[in-house]
Amino acid sequence: MSDAAIVTKDLRKSFGPIKAVDGVDLAAPAGTVVGLLGPNGAGKTTIVRILTTLLNPDGGTARVAGFDVVRDAEALRAVIGLAGQYAAVDENLTGRENLDLVGRLYHLGKAEARRRADEMLERFELTDAANRTVKTYSGGMRRRLDLGASLVGRPQVLFLDEPTTGLDPRSRFSLWDVIRELVYDGTTLLLTTQYLEEADRLADHVAVIDGGRVIAEGTTDQLKARVGGDLLAVRVVDRTRAADAAEAVAELGSGAPQVLAESGEVSLPVREGAAILAEVVRRLDAAQLEISDLAVRRPTMDDVFLALTGHVAEETAEDAQEPGTTPRGRGRRPARSSA
Amino acid sequence: MSSIADRALPLPRRRLWWTLSDAAVVTRRNLYRYIRVPPLLLFSTIQPIMFVLLFTYVFGGAIQVPGVEHYVDYLMAGILVQTVIFGSTQTGVGLAEDLSRGMVDRFRSLPMARSAVLAGRTLSDTVRNLFVVCLMVVVGTLVGFRFHAGVVPALAAVALALAFGLAFSWISAFIGLSVRDVESAQAAGFVWVFPLVFASSAFVPVDSMPGWLQAFVRANPVTITVNAMRGLTLGGPTTRPLLQSLAWIVGILLVFVPLAVNRYRRAAG
Repeated sequence: MSDAAIVTKDLRKSFGPIKAVDGVDLAAPAGTVVGLLGPNGAGKTTIVRILTTLLNPDGGTARVAGFDVVRDAEALRAVIGLAGQYAAVDENLTGRENLDLVGRLYHLGKAEARRRADEMLERFELTDAANRTVKTYSGGMRRRLDLGASLVGRPQVLFLDEPTTGLDPRSRFSLWDVIRELVYDGTTLLLTTQYLEEADRLADHVAVIDGGRVIAEGTTDQLKARVGGDLLAVRVVDRTRAADAAEAVAELGSGAPQVLAESGEVSLPVREGAAILAEVVRRLDAAQLEISDLAVRRPTMDDVFLALTGHVAEETAEDAQEPGTTPRGRGRRPARSSA
Repeated sequence: MSSIADRALPLPRRRLWWTLSDAAVVTRRNLYRYIRVPPLLLFSTIQPIMFVLLFTYVFGGAIQVPGVEHYVDYLMAGILVQTVIFGSTQTGVGLAEDLSRGMVDRFRSLPMARSAVLAGRTLSDTVRNLFVVCLMVVVGTLVGFRFHAGVVPALAAVALALAFGLAFSWISAFIGLSVRDVESAQAAGFVWVFPLVFASSAFVPVDSMPGWLQAFVRANPVTITVNAMRGLTLGGPTTRPLLQSLAWIVGILLVFVPLAVNRYRRAAG
């Protein structure tokens, strides 16, 4: 078997006039975690659906664990696991029955399916709730069960499509821990996310997806370096003078300042945010600009997008166009905050 | 790598075994729903029971069927066919639900037989129909219904009703996978069965209807199947309507199994 667990070449898929995936090349060495980072509608889910044999590509090739996703689809399904954007678990079954169901359909046999169900319940701390119907589970518990179901077959390659979207922060952190443990098992993992922080915590390698294309690749550190470290966000009382504010502080940045038209916010990449705050205030004061908001913050995915594309990450209609998907978590992307 | 491929592509016989096993596993999963949500089964049985009682006591007195002493004897064949048809409309609803909740995606990403989701759904609805049909026979017996043609024809009548319901389940599957969302599946699943069920010989003799309607009613597969059921429960001419009914069942399956399978492939892809 080749070293790469996932290889795509010029992968393409359109839904009507919309090019959901528009020539994507990816390569993930076995045992690594690849993150697909991008806004809703960037094409992340479509890529996952192609790689998990749910969707045939219009063009290009994709191999997962050495199997072609179209020609060897049947054999491929035996060695992959998928946790989609929904917690695809049956509400009317208990947690144990859900895992058992999936185990039986992986053709593990009765005894082994039971054993693995118990193993997953243990691992995801669901043993106490094992015999309750999923209807009584919280969102976080459903997600953990769903993740357990995707692991019942001990997949060589695991696909997690926005595994933490819609979860509260506490559930999100605990799910991150679980996902990190998977990596120690040598499983190759491809996950999609809208959160730079999530990619940062989990992925070795990140591909930034926009409009069905890979617009940047690298480690999250490399991506953040393109933003330039921290971000200084300034808003002045008189919005019409946002450009003046940008000019006043430009010299202090490690890159060019950006002005967001809709909010009047000036954002400036800086090496060390805290150290220059005093100087920023002095310069704005000198230019007779009254500050309404001033903050230093860690870059978000939006900032990476802004730095890479010069525009804010935009949601497109891809999810709505694609049959079989109802976008979840639309609009849940954390708002740009200057707090 | 070849070893993985060998294991994942089993011999034809193993493949057949897994196809059956997968369908059984999915059937069992679908049936859990009725155990876990008792109102579902309760309300799907109350309705046909009400029909038995309404038609026996409310309409029965006003309906004269030549050659039949007790209306309930005439009625039950119609009630059983109505019951399985109404029951089979749930097939599409269940599939639409699995589609919209991502279960179909999960199933399709597993190395299971592709046919198992549809086979398991139609089978579990047939099991549910068997349960409701047995209950109807009990309720019918309590209000005076009797099988007059013997045990074997009686069992054949139940089997025919279930087979007819299975055929309609596949039509319903096709509809559910076409409309895709649960509410639409619910609505779309019902409208077309009403004229079929009521413009038939299920409740009243065909001769009592206006001439222009009779032509439709006599060609209606529900009429044909009800007539066959009457032969099997009351005695009388059976062979001809029975063969016609079986022909309809086979015909419906030949058309709608491929259509539903095709929809399933496309719905998820």
